[in-house]
Amino acid sequence: MLSRVADSLYWMSRYLERAENTVRQLDVTLSLLLDTSDTTIETRWNRLMLSLGCTDCMAWSGDIDGMTRKLIFDPADPAAINSCIHAARENARQVREEISTEQWQRLNRLFHQMHSQQAELQSRGNISDLLGSIIDGIHLFKGVTDTTMIHGDGWQFIRLGRYLERAYATATLLDVHRESLLHVPEGENNGYRYLELVGLLRCCTSFEAYCQVYTADITSERILEFLLLNRDFPHALRYAIDGIRQSLEAIESSGARRAPEALHACVGRLQSMLRYTTIDEILRGDTGAFLHSIRAQCQQIHELLYSHYMHYSVQTALAL
Amino acid sequence: MNSPPTNDFAIRTTEIPDRILGDYPVGKVYDEMRAPDGTLRPHYQALATTLAALPQEELQRRKQSADFSFLTQGITFTVYGRDEGTERIFPYDLLPRLITAAEWRTIERGLTQRILALNHFLRDVYSDARILADKVVPRQLVYSCRHYRRQMCGLEVPRSVYIAVVGSDLLRLPSGEFVVLEDNLRVPSGVSYMLTNRRVMKRTFPRLFQSYGVQPIEHYPQLLLATLRSLAPEGRPEPNIVLLTPGVFNSAYFEHTYLARQMGIDLVEGRDLVTHDNIVYMRTTGGLKRVDVIYRRVDDDFSDPLAFRSDSSLGCAGLFNAYRAGNVTVTNAFGTGLADDKGMYAYVPRMIRYYLGEDPILNNVETYLLTEDVQRKHVLANLDKLVVKAVGESGGYGMLIGPHSSAAQREEFARAIEANPRNYIAQPTLDFSCAPCLFDGRLEPRHVDLRPYILFGDKVQIVPGGLTRVALEKGSLVVNSSQGGGSKDTWVLE
Repeated sequence: MLSRVADSLYWMSRYLERAENTVRQLDVTLSLLLDTSDTTIETRWNRLMLSLGCTDCMAWSGDIDGMTRKLIFDPADPAAINSCIHAARENARQVREEISTEQWQRLNRLFHQMHSQQAELQSRGNISDLLGSIIDGIHLFKGVTDTTMIHGDGWQFIRLGRYLERAYATATLLDVHRESLLHVPEGENNGYRYLELVGLLRCCTSFEAYCQVYTADITSERILEFLLLNRDFPHALRYAIDGIRQSLEAIESSGARRAPEALHACVGRLQSMLRYTTIDEILRGDTGAFLHSIRAQCQQIHELLYSHYMHYSVQTALAL
Repeated sequence: MNSPPTNDFAIRTTEIPDRILGDYPVGKVYDEMRAPDGTLRPHYQALATTLAALPQEELQRRKQSADFSFLTQGITFTVYGRDEGTERIFPYDLLPRLITAAEWRTIERGLTQRILALNHFLRDVYSDARILADKVVPRQLVYSCRHYRRQMCGLEVPRSVYIAVVGSDLLRLPSGEFVVLEDNLRVPSGVSYMLTNRRVMKRTFPRLFQSYGVQPIEHYPQLLLATLRSLAPEGRPEPNIVLLTPGVFNSAYFEHTYLARQMGIDLVEGRDLVTHDNIVYMRTTGGLKRVDVIYRRVDDDFSDPLAFRSDSSLGCAGLFNAYRAGNVTVTNAFGTGLADDKGMYAYVPRMIRYYLGEDPILNNVETYLLTEDVQRKHVLANLDKLVVKAVGESGGYGMLIGPHSSAAQREEFARAIEANPRNYIAQPTLDFSCAPCLFDGRLEPRHVDLRPYILFGDKVQIVPGGLTRVALEKGSLVVNSSQGGGSKDTWVLE
């Protein structure tokens, strides 16, 4: 597969995952605002911005509706949902011949929907309908991706993009909520606290899955355990890293050159870290440093992938 | 003729419901649907009947569903100079243009003959130049052509095929005869619209389509792939074929992706290619992979900064040397623009006689060469009646349509012609044919041309049909999509 094509598929997938993550976190934040807890609107908004990784782009202005619309529509802001969908579509457009017609049509429809009058109207009326329909669009795209595309290298690069983005975003989200999760003042375990925790789970679309594993008895330790270490839940970090490992192996076995040892080592180390640790060990140590190291390793995997499959030097390639 | 209709759908030849037809005029130009006496041409009968039987709302609904289909397929072009995201669907007309089998046979024979002669001409000019020595085509005309490529001289191309992919533009004169307006021998585009138009039409009018017995065109990508494969360098039994595109900002990018996908070949950009030891490689996730055949959709000028324009980054440095060495086939060959120069066009009938010893089956449009003093004088005196075109341009640019021009425009062209007569040709303003188009549920005539797509590998092959381009504005003679033209599906009947 062409390096440029792999590059575009990878980013198409990352941007869509990013859009989905932003939509979900925004939706949760807006619904938490409905309850009059002690946490102010401003705190919540800033927390949202932190966990989306855009610390400097959208300072709190006091106008929640305006800020929300900006986060959805502002074409000048690369973090906006619209911008992510636009970027995903631009990447898809450049590899139009690699993806299936169904995939393209789904993505294209989502793009046009975001640019329609109706989306603008919905954002002033029923915003959660709008957010819901975006999520629907992205889910449909993922569905046709799995059912209409050949599960070759292109599909594996789509998976790599999806899981790397997800792993990074989940680690960031947990890091931002770490303080409020782990340091609870005595007697705070009330209804608001419950809503907060459920909100965090819903950010990773994992409330129901959590309940299936742990029942509705929600504690912050278990949430951490579930989102970090669960083997079977697609939005858990370990699952994402396992996925990255599988995709890398699939790409190698399909005839591409063997990935460099550094990449294998990096992925293997991260996978083992999530596989052979217990939540107690993590909590006993420095949780912040742990989450931070996960993000750093994700970043390193991205760079190694890039330098091996996409932007390698011609001299090295000719020498082989 | 006076017997009552046997059922609701039966309509007599002369009778078309006014609701659909409105005040559809029968003018002096050839009308594809109506004979000069106002009667329907027999092969348009079924179409008229179907239209008459469709309620207005149903017609509107089908139009909308076709629109939606174009939009979600991403068959759009970008309107430049507006906010990002303003993409319009490629304008099209819902009614098919019909061509009878007999008419098509003439077109097919005529184009085959023409392409063979043009290919002979290119091979000749870039090798022995016999036709110049015999003074059939003036030397000066060839060597002054902007698209002449000195680099191609004495170079043998695979199977001696210079022009593997061609789109020629045909018009129909008031007499009903088809003539060739121009040949596009560089990077003809539009074939994807031909294919998608057909797909949408089959969904919009399934029964009508079935009842007509239309010859298929859907196998075009397969034929194109076979053509490219047949031109692969010797000793490469499993050639790696790629389509070279200028990239996502090119207005025909949709077509490039469409064709690459339909053929199952890689779509590459210049930055994906590297050359080493006169071999072209593409960068893949598995390392470098050798490239054998390049279907090139990038102009000569931009293909290789070492051989052609050095300020271009769209092509691949070293490509031409690899081509020279015979390690890669690039098609169409470089320098083919020489033969579709509008000045050279005037000589095509002579080329046909010279190389094939045959009379042209499809005629040219009468053309004045402005380098000849007598012809230039005549043209300058009659600028208001003629069409003047710059020889190296395409897409409807650099054109003066005399009857629709202002005095200032004519003066400007007169000055330009005097300054550089080689750069222009003139042709009579043609009354080319009209076909019925649908506007607000009514039929109105609009001028149409026809661009069939010709492939030349082992032999010349033409899929029956082509792109019918429509001048959507009333009375307009300009069919180019860059200038407000649209398209319609073309049905060649069994």
